[in-house]
Amino acid sequence: MTDAGAALERAFHDEWARVLAALARHVGVGPAEEATADAFAAAAAAWPRDGVPDRPGAWLAVTARRRAVDRIRRDRAQTRRAEAAGTLRALEAQGDPDPDEDETAVPDDRLRLIFTCCHPALDPAVRVALTLRAAGGLSTREIARAFLLPEPTVAQRIVRAKRKIAVAGIRYAVPADHDLPDRLASVLDVLYLVFNEGYEASAGPVLDRPDLSAEALRLTRLLCVLMPDEAEVLGLLALMLLTDARRAARVGPGGGLVPLAEQDRTRWDRRAIAEGTGALERALSRRIPGPFQVQAAIAALHAAAPSDAATDWPQIAALYGRLAQLAPSPVVELNRAVALTFAGDPAAGRALLEAVREPLGRYVPLHAADAELHRRAGDDAAAIAAYDRALDLSANDAQRAELTRRRARLSGPA
Amino acid sequence: MEYALLLYGPTTGGPSPEEAAAEHPRWTAYTQELIDAGVHRGGQALQWLDTATTVRERGGERLLSDGPFAETKEALAGFYLIDVPDLDTAIEWAAKIPLVGRGSVEVRPIMNVGAAA
Repeated sequence: MTDAGAALERAFHDEWARVLAALARHVGVGPAEEATADAFAAAAAAWPRDGVPDRPGAWLAVTARRRAVDRIRRDRAQTRRAEAAGTLRALEAQGDPDPDEDETAVPDDRLRLIFTCCHPALDPAVRVALTLRAAGGLSTREIARAFLLPEPTVAQRIVRAKRKIAVAGIRYAVPADHDLPDRLASVLDVLYLVFNEGYEASAGPVLDRPDLSAEALRLTRLLCVLMPDEAEVLGLLALMLLTDARRAARVGPGGGLVPLAEQDRTRWDRRAIAEGTGALERALSRRIPGPFQVQAAIAALHAAAPSDAATDWPQIAALYGRLAQLAPSPVVELNRAVALTFAGDPAAGRALLEAVREPLGRYVPLHAADAELHRRAGDDAAAIAAYDRALDLSANDAQRAELTRRRARLSGPA
Repeated sequence: MEYALLLYGPTTGGPSPEEAAAEHPRWTAYTQELIDAGVHRGGQALQWLDTATTVRERGGERLLSDGPFAETKEALAGFYLIDVPDLDTAIEWAAKIPLVGRGSVEVRPIMNVGAAA
């Protein structure tokens, strides 16, 4: 890669969100996104020709602002003139940044940007697309590829989001204290959804899907820097790191998924585990419990166990109990049922599983867990029947292969 | 920014006359709160859905039908017009409307058609 190419890529990672966020304060998220894209396109043309500027961030910020001004001038006929004139005055009053000024002195608006992109008045799918576009700098095409969606669908979501933010008056701001817990939960849910989409995809036919897990991790790290006192942000970072540490071990030689119990633990990423455990400890020291911290604590117990048999299942069962209090769901109860069984209390595990059989009737993992609990109890016939129910419901090839393999290990009718 | 808060109530199983009467002071108090905050720009409650008449014109002919435009589980029951700085504030006001517990409130920005000058 040329110097200009490398500088551009670095600038993209370091400056995209910063430039866009600062500009959005004056022109709104939509126009700022367009002007920032213009500025990066200008850099791609100019830097290889004229050389990389001394301060790429400042160059991009100035260029983006000029492009925003150009766009407002061009659009002036259509938009409300008084408002456009006010925006122009504000942008022009800023002047060009002092080249000697410390870049960290520029107000960092990235937190406003992230909260605006994840506003609950936007549809969840729209929040994901807009966050990846505006805060992550992914192109519409990259987002479409990552989620296996048609590009026009993603483009339409982003256009609609930008329009709604502008027209419906979604404020470009970090929410007030009384709204912060709910609004932060919405941000963390978006980041976790992006992470999981990437993690799930990592086992399938990858092709050239952009690495959504890495992108989610990057944005979560940024959020940790911007909101250092929020325990759940650190909890989410810990959960992502501890989960991502198992990435290499969860895909078998044939490309199939390897269940946690059978993974080669020497292939777990010890550095990611150390960093994740450290983040979790910092989160817990804040003494503000939350669901992401509990899930990270469960992942940390798995990471610390030398083998599946030597896992601290009683502690994991207790943590699922805590999670059920913080964020009740039948899936959490199912996980608790399995943990209780592994912890040596099969009667309690069975009772809990039966309690969620109704709401999770079409959920493949329920039937897989049902089979495992029967197998442990020595009832192979019931286990086979449960695997058959799981196979009836599963449409995923990798999952079906794994279920068939486990079913074949049991003795009974083939 | 101006927003319409469109109040939708269930078309069946609404409050009894006694319950409605008991709820009345909450509506008065809410409207007064909007006025005291200086954000109230208007608002009305609508008569029951079965008093509605729907008007259409097709092929130059006026068509009337007795009742609402469409059969729905929730129907427009009234509206407020408010002037607040942003959507978050509008949502705060919407969430205080006595109807939110059994119906829904749609928050819609007003299109300022005449304000383009």
